[in-house]
Amino acid sequence: MTANEPNEAKQPKKQISQSYWNLVWWRFKKNKLAIAGAIIVLSFYFVCALFAEFFAPYLLEHKSDYLEARPQWIHFVDPEGHFHLRPFVYGLEKKIDPMLRKRTYIVDTSKRYSIYFFVHGEPYKLFGLIPMDIHLFGPDPKDPEAYVFLFGTDRLGRDMFSRIIYGGRLSLLIGLLGQIMTIFLGTVLGAISGYYGGAVDMFVQRVTEFLAAFPDIPLFMALAAIIPPQWSPIWVYFMLTLILAIVRWGGLARQVRGMVLSLREREYVLAALSFGASDRRVLFRHLIPGAMSHIIVIATLAIPSMILAETALSWLGLGLRPPLTSWGVLLQEVSNVRAIRFAPWLLTPVPFVITTVLAYNMLGDGLRDALDPYGSR
Amino acid sequence: MAEQERRDNILLEVRGLKKYFPIQRGLLRRTVGYVRAVDDVSLYVREGETLGLVGESGCGKTTTGRCIIRLYEPTAGQIHFKTTALSPNGDPQMVDLLSLDKERMKTVRREMAMIFQDPINSLNPRMTVFDIIAEPMEIHGMGRGPEVEETVVRLLEHVGLRPEHMLRYPHEFSGGQRQRIGIARALALNPRLVICDEPVSALDVSIQAQTLNLLLDLQKDFGLSYIFIAHDLSVVQHVSDRVAVMYVGKVVEVADVEHLYSRPLHPYTEALLSAVPKPDPLYKSERILMQGDVADPANPPSGCYFHPRCRYAQPICEREAPEFRELEPDHWVACHRAGELHLKGV
Amino acid sequence: MSEPLVEVKNLKVRFDVREGIIKAVDGATFTVHYGQTLGVIGESGCGKSVTARAILNMVPKPGKVVGGEILYHRRRPSENGSEVTEIVNILDLDPDGEEIRQIRGGEIAMIFQEPMSSLTPVYTAGAHITEAVTLHRLLPIRKVGDQMAETIQAHRRVSKQEAKEIAIEMLRRVGIPNPRERVDAYPHQLSGGQRQRVMIAIALSCQPDMLIADEPTTALDVSIEAQILDLMRELQEETNMAIMFITHNLGVVAEMAQEIVVMYLGNIVERASVVDIFYNPKHPYTRALLESIPRFGKGRRQRLTSIKGMVPDPFHLPSGCLFHPRCPHFMPGKCDRIEPKWTQVGDNHWVRCLLYEKE
Repeated sequence: MTANEPNEAKQPKKQISQSYWNLVWWRFKKNKLAIAGAIIVLSFYFVCALFAEFFAPYLLEHKSDYLEARPQWIHFVDPEGHFHLRPFVYGLEKKIDPMLRKRTYIVDTSKRYSIYFFVHGEPYKLFGLIPMDIHLFGPDPKDPEAYVFLFGTDRLGRDMFSRIIYGGRLSLLIGLLGQIMTIFLGTVLGAISGYYGGAVDMFVQRVTEFLAAFPDIPLFMALAAIIPPQWSPIWVYFMLTLILAIVRWGGLARQVRGMVLSLREREYVLAALSFGASDRRVLFRHLIPGAMSHIIVIATLAIPSMILAETALSWLGLGLRPPLTSWGVLLQEVSNVRAIRFAPWLLTPVPFVITTVLAYNMLGDGLRDALDPYGSR
Repeated sequence: MAEQERRDNILLEVRGLKKYFPIQRGLLRRTVGYVRAVDDVSLYVREGETLGLVGESGCGKTTTGRCIIRLYEPTAGQIHFKTTALSPNGDPQMVDLLSLDKERMKTVRREMAMIFQDPINSLNPRMTVFDIIAEPMEIHGMGRGPEVEETVVRLLEHVGLRPEHMLRYPHEFSGGQRQRIGIARALALNPRLVICDEPVSALDVSIQAQTLNLLLDLQKDFGLSYIFIAHDLSVVQHVSDRVAVMYVGKVVEVADVEHLYSRPLHPYTEALLSAVPKPDPLYKSERILMQGDVADPANPPSGCYFHPRCRYAQPICEREAPEFRELEPDHWVACHRAGELHLKGV
Repeated sequence: MSEPLVEVKNLKVRFDVREGIIKAVDGATFTVHYGQTLGVIGESGCGKSVTARAILNMVPKPGKVVGGEILYHRRRPSENGSEVTEIVNILDLDPDGEEIRQIRGGEIAMIFQEPMSSLTPVYTAGAHITEAVTLHRLLPIRKVGDQMAETIQAHRRVSKQEAKEIAIEMLRRVGIPNPRERVDAYPHQLSGGQRQRVMIAIALSCQPDMLIADEPTTALDVSIEAQILDLMRELQEETNMAIMFITHNLGVVAEMAQEIVVMYLGNIVERASVVDIFYNPKHPYTRALLESIPRFGKGRRQRLTSIKGMVPDPFHLPSGCLFHPRCPHFMPGKCDRIEPKWTQVGDNHWVRCLLYEKE
């Protein structure tokens, strides 16, 4: 009997059979923080990646006459104290500050623009296929004067709220896609390197060491410089994803290699080999599934760094470029003190980046505890 | 026993088996030496018998077992196995496993299986009991659907588990039950030789007895031959017909279990037997304490590997490696002084 | 019988886990005497390790001591130089307090089966160091000799040089070859068996009044095990140390112990001298255990008498006598209803079984 015996004893003896993944889900469910993280992450993907056009009141490039307009607050009660069930925003009145020679806006409570839900606005194609013009909310479609800028507008008078939602699409997807490529590269190369050893292992090891030794940012810069400027933005996007994956797979590969090395000596793997199982069977039936929980945890915890890397690169002008819009591209607009001073609302992508990163970390931590890769299992 | 008859019954004969693991150092992984895990082991197993393989940790007993089933590629030696799987009409023929190509080796593997020590690590936690037991059949493409299921049910019943257990996962079973699942898997292909690597040492006393009984019953029912690797001399004594004692990669003594335990010929066997705590508070005997540690298989001593710890050692033991000889019929020993010493058994 | 050192009275330990409550130890009563060895035998899950940990007031979470007392007859030098015995209930002490820390390791030492469990990531580095000093675990990052010397100094008034000499001497006595060189080795440079011997050396070098040995030789080879057992007995004779020896190996316990308690599912079912347990066992469980082990000279290749069934799930304990579903002497209507009480069946031989209870 050893110290961990109580754990042994509390192994549930359930009548119904529970697979490993059932148990994982059961444990994950109990972690409130992880659930919150999962909900935030999923809803971000839902809103930004899938239905951005629907949730954004304006299209990405919709330019209004209101340049660098301040955010409008949502109100329910008008100056006379009447309550309105339909929320509204006050109009903005342009003014030129003579001292600063700068445009400012003051709230004009005489103009009230109600917010309408499921309005017919600018037409778009959902998933690039289904023509639609319904937006979750927007200004009165019959009043061409009406507008609603919840997070203000940018230099060109584009609605920040809509742009953040669109920007989220690229920022979030680059993390996910990049990580999927990383998982693929890292798992395959790591597993092969650990399983076969020898020269293959040596080569993979040296490459990962080289990548690990190289500072990230210069490497990104060098690789980003290769992308020909005349390429279409969408190709630039894919190249950037690929670059992120190429730079980042090494760490995962090393972890997978280590896992495979230890799993390879497990008796169940030896048992399969003793019956004459092929290498492919051992790799895909026993080793990679055995390492999968580790891989998922490492990958989840690495997605935020991908998102941050994209944001940083785009902000430096090395990543995505307009007209592509990501959170990093949006933040490029605030690369000087003047912008922060006079249009601080241009920083609104920052809380979104932070929330995403935190939510992913919460999710990853929860997964780690639920999958229990370092536990006794 | 006539020599001819003795040969006829042999299922497995290992000759001069060596397994050296290279010690690699430095960036270029240059080989700087070898761990002689198995160093010139010869033994044989007759049909239907159990050969016990005992020794202290690091003596190479597990490596020997794994080399026989070619989980490890031996450095040198021959492994002759009487197989019926290779000839079309099922006639037994002796083949050297090390000379077989991959395809033919896979065919022969049907007749060999292994049972492992650790009831937790020997079953893949992500697979159901059904998948685990059916895996050998799947690997060999034997049968489909209901046929496989029938076999799995039959195997589960043989090892004393219920058919409805087959959809569960290993973590839902106790250690003893898991070991039974491992035994069922080993029997899935109807093997002739089963290598049991410490099959009961991780189990509780009462479960150990159940498992040993099961192994003995299965041997009778299926006519299995066992190589029973263990460090517990009383367990080995209980299940084996003959016992081989290993020390630092070499077999130092092989004999019938009665002879080996009552009249050992090798001082190491004597010392091991005397060291085993006897479950009898009134049993009093002088214990032979071996000085120092087991020799390092990467850097073994000269002559007889056991001489630094042997209380009967003489100058010759340090100079010359003893020959492995048949001192009495079917009683082999590698000791210069075997025969002149009168060693105590139990 | 010599003087008592630790008296455990009606100890109850519960583990409150999400599936329910486990009665890990349910009413354990026994006494450990100076200069004697108490053997605790039982299968995994019977509560023997938890009992041992309770003696040091270190029941692992989520376990909790819910009843009973552990009286430690602590010998301390009094002001006038003679020795006085003061009785401390260990369960009343603050589990993180100064007093219990002095007792742990110094006066009551403990050795475990797993010498390198300090590598588990759940402990912080700080906890490692305190635990190593009090509980004799090896830290992977420091030389064996330094760790030993530090522990020795924590419990004995010696200089650093003397501590190192003691360490070397102890390493020699546990059979580590070239102790003078090995004292400067790091734990990972030693084999598993050597690490375990180092742990035993550390525990014994503090000259404790009592040694709790929890399966200390299970992972070792028989030749090393023999050395360790001999060493423990030798030191016991020299220092009058008490030993509580927890094991499932009946051979080891037969050699080491004078008195034995047999545990099953958190209960002590039989308590007697070692000769009575082996030659005159009363409880059906004790008998079954003894019959189920293979022995030298016992009919080869015959079926062993095994205990039917498995140890029950700790959440659904049987009613009445806990052993009744597996017992060959099960009396329907009795054993499954009535909880057996302690019955004396011989000189200092106690058993909890309805077969021996008088109406």
